[in-house]
Amino acid sequence: MSDLVEVRTGVYHDSVSLMRVSQALTARAGVEVAVVAMATELNVDLARDLGFAVPAATGGDLLVAIRASSGEELDDAAAELERQLAARAPAGQAGAGETPPRTMRSASRSWDATVALVSVPGEHAFVEAADAVEAGLSVMIFSDNVPVEQEILLKDRARDKGVLVMGPDCGTAVIGGAGLGFANVLRPGPVGVVAASGSGAQQVTSLLDLAGIGVSHLLGVGGRDLSAQVGGRSAIQALRALDADPATELIVLVSKPPAPEVAAAVTGLGLCKPVVHALLGPGQDDLTAAAEKVLRALGAPVPEWPSWPAVRQGRAEGGPLRGLYSGGTLCTEAALIAGTGEFTDFGGDEYTRGRAHPMIDPALRLEALAAVESGVVLLDVVLGHGADPDPAAALAPAIREAGDRGVAVVVALVGTVGDPQGLRAQAALLNEAGADVFTSNAAAARHASDLIGAS
Amino acid sequence: MTLSMLYGEPRVISAGASILAEALDQQAVPRREVAWRPPLPGTSDALALVLADPRREAANETAVGRLLSARPMLVGVRPARDALGLEPGTFFHAGPPITWERASGPMRGALVGAMLFEGLAPTPEEAERRLASGEGITLDSCHHHRTVGPMAGVVSPSMWMLEVSDAEHGGTAYCSLNEGLGKVLRYGAYGPEVIERLRWMGDVLGPVLQAALERTGPLDLRALVAQALQMGDELHNRNRAATSLMVREMAPAIVDASPGRAAEVLRFVNGNDHFFLNVGMAAAKVGADAARNVPGSSLVVAMARNGTEFGIQVSGLGDRWFTGPAGVPDGLYLGAYGPDDANPDIGDSTITETTGLGGFAMAAAPAIVRFVGGEVSDAVTATTSMYEITMAEHPAYQIPGLGFRGTPVGIDVTLVARTGILPVVNTGIAGRVAGTGQVGAGLVSPPVEAFTAALRALSQS
Repeated sequence: MSDLVEVRTGVYHDSVSLMRVSQALTARAGVEVAVVAMATELNVDLARDLGFAVPAATGGDLLVAIRASSGEELDDAAAELERQLAARAPAGQAGAGETPPRTMRSASRSWDATVALVSVPGEHAFVEAADAVEAGLSVMIFSDNVPVEQEILLKDRARDKGVLVMGPDCGTAVIGGAGLGFANVLRPGPVGVVAASGSGAQQVTSLLDLAGIGVSHLLGVGGRDLSAQVGGRSAIQALRALDADPATELIVLVSKPPAPEVAAAVTGLGLCKPVVHALLGPGQDDLTAAAEKVLRALGAPVPEWPSWPAVRQGRAEGGPLRGLYSGGTLCTEAALIAGTGEFTDFGGDEYTRGRAHPMIDPALRLEALAAVESGVVLLDVVLGHGADPDPAAALAPAIREAGDRGVAVVVALVGTVGDPQGLRAQAALLNEAGADVFTSNAAAARHASDLIGAS
Repeated sequence: MTLSMLYGEPRVISAGASILAEALDQQAVPRREVAWRPPLPGTSDALALVLADPRREAANETAVGRLLSARPMLVGVRPARDALGLEPGTFFHAGPPITWERASGPMRGALVGAMLFEGLAPTPEEAERRLASGEGITLDSCHHHRTVGPMAGVVSPSMWMLEVSDAEHGGTAYCSLNEGLGKVLRYGAYGPEVIERLRWMGDVLGPVLQAALERTGPLDLRALVAQALQMGDELHNRNRAATSLMVREMAPAIVDASPGRAAEVLRFVNGNDHFFLNVGMAAAKVGADAARNVPGSSLVVAMARNGTEFGIQVSGLGDRWFTGPAGVPDGLYLGAYGPDDANPDIGDSTITETTGLGGFAMAAAPAIVRFVGGEVSDAVTATTSMYEITMAEHPAYQIPGLGFRGTPVGIDVTLVARTGILPVVNTGIAGRVAGTGQVGAGLVSPPVEAFTAALRALSQS
């Protein structure tokens, strides 16, 4: 075995790009493991746990750690690394006499934009977002791990400037047809969505799309917006904006369980347009029921939501229910419906510090799935722009292996027929691997519940 | 309320994960990407605090607005003892405050020369002894007295000073008269020819220029600098156009004022391409001073070197200096000189960069690369990269080669910390041995710790 360990100062790439480089290197014959990541504490510990002798480094340095079975293969991998990194160097760097904008401030001064998208690591997101607001731009903050005081400050400044802060930890938005973050391909239509929940909004809008109903805009506001601390600052602004938007006929408000006083404030705004609430919680509609309520309000027929039941040898054994989710609201909804089992949201802050979101990087979830010995696993697969280009390809072998261990797998597949991954193709792959596949997360959760109840 | 982003075609600026930017490309959404990098190590917390400061946005607008609107006028030439109330035995010098013990070769040489010039010591040895003992000697930074000086920047009571007034804000700033090249006091030379020249400047040059200015009236330096930029000067290491323009403005009045000495005065000014440097420095200083003391502002109002340290001052932080070791410039050397002969960076002439000239305006002066090294494209890159760390573009100072874009003005310490881009400084290189004179010219980077320390102080202000 030969190791290559390097710390490169002043070299920066985002975590998703580096994850792809690591994956490409690890996939090479002769390479046992490759860690190419920013040298955050987490990543340095990871490399040291793998036995690499990592020298002192800071989070601003690039860490390269490759282990190959021979020196020759290590050299080849190192050459491939250079090729991959060169391909990911930002455009404009090489051009003589040109300086690409290095801050949101600079970019907004030299180019006429309508909205900013910030996905830098959470500790730096406030500064870039503050630039956008100062420049009079609405901003979507995809980053998580942003302190709540900074969120409140940004939202107050944005209100004064007449712009909207979507986030932090805002997973999805669709503005005038342009999907930001994790975004399904949705047909244009009369429904405006305000969402303090990315995956919840994706579920509702994907179901509407399957029923032939499109959206005008989907305004994410960040998972904490309806908390007591943030007080619905952005949701209130977004609701009023959609109320004034001529393309919107009906508004849907989607959230994880909100603080009661905030729920009262956002539902009592006295808007002109009808509002359907999908505020998860005991006694509230689930997301699928909310989507159906929208359809009825618009006089559109409610279809039977597509599903693909697995063909199993005999009945599942029952036993424990394990929820392995990438979407936080989908996870909450499923746990509420199942009423039992152990649920993990791998998109939570504690799992994404220094690594990519599970909708992009399946590693942690695959590990967790492989560790389930018996019973039923319920998981979500979210399609759309920004997400894994072929999630079923990575999941299918793991689902097969789970089946071989006697573990039943139920998948909530959130997506539309227009999504780049293809809803039906993904469903077929997952189904062939032995999973029950549902386009409604609520239906998937009920089915999983039935399976464990069968014992 | 209405949100403008809901109407019209979406156009997105993205900063961060490239996968999200690629997703926009797949949808054919027009977008611009920020080439984002983490900020300088250890600055994230201070950056968040400063960006959260409710005073910052308006404070910076006020501060840089004053810098941009300054209207420097050359109003007079007077002895330092009259203009600045300078007492015998008191000397001003370039850069942040320094003691004799810590002073570099050229700084010591210039102080020795000033002692001799003022008649405070009969020999260089005696001057050194007295300066070392400190008896009856006071050293202070030029910047503490509305003054700037190139290289060693030593000012003594008998030296004649250019006086520049700000017609917009009413401030006044001073700079000594430029001695020319070769063996000169500002590079630490103190031989008889140096002292003799200083005497002639006090006896002839200063009084004649003053008399001429009384005839012409105040000289509009904002207009002159604007023209010189369009004629290929960057106003720090290249002042050929500005000097020529100034001679053209003043020559008839010089002849009228002093027919007997006009030829020698004009010959002296004409023989020194850098004669305007000191005029431009006083103009820059009066503008930078107008931007001082705005609470909450992160604008840099002074960058200056004393040959040992490079220091900066920030509008929101009063007269505090933030320093780091002065670097040795990287550039071209004259004759047989090389980097081993170079003194660390010295002089107040970085007041030009502080106000968006010099290295910041290099794209206006492509010929400069013959002098400081590099290619023409490097000059353009230097200027375009400075837009990343500055607050504004100058409305009057424009660069023809960049489509008459205004020069990048007003260094923001937060932008330096965020981008890691340091101000580009064009500078002359002094010999490290006192009296050697100029050994080269080139580019130098300020020490990063000066900016990070200022940022931290600002986060606590």
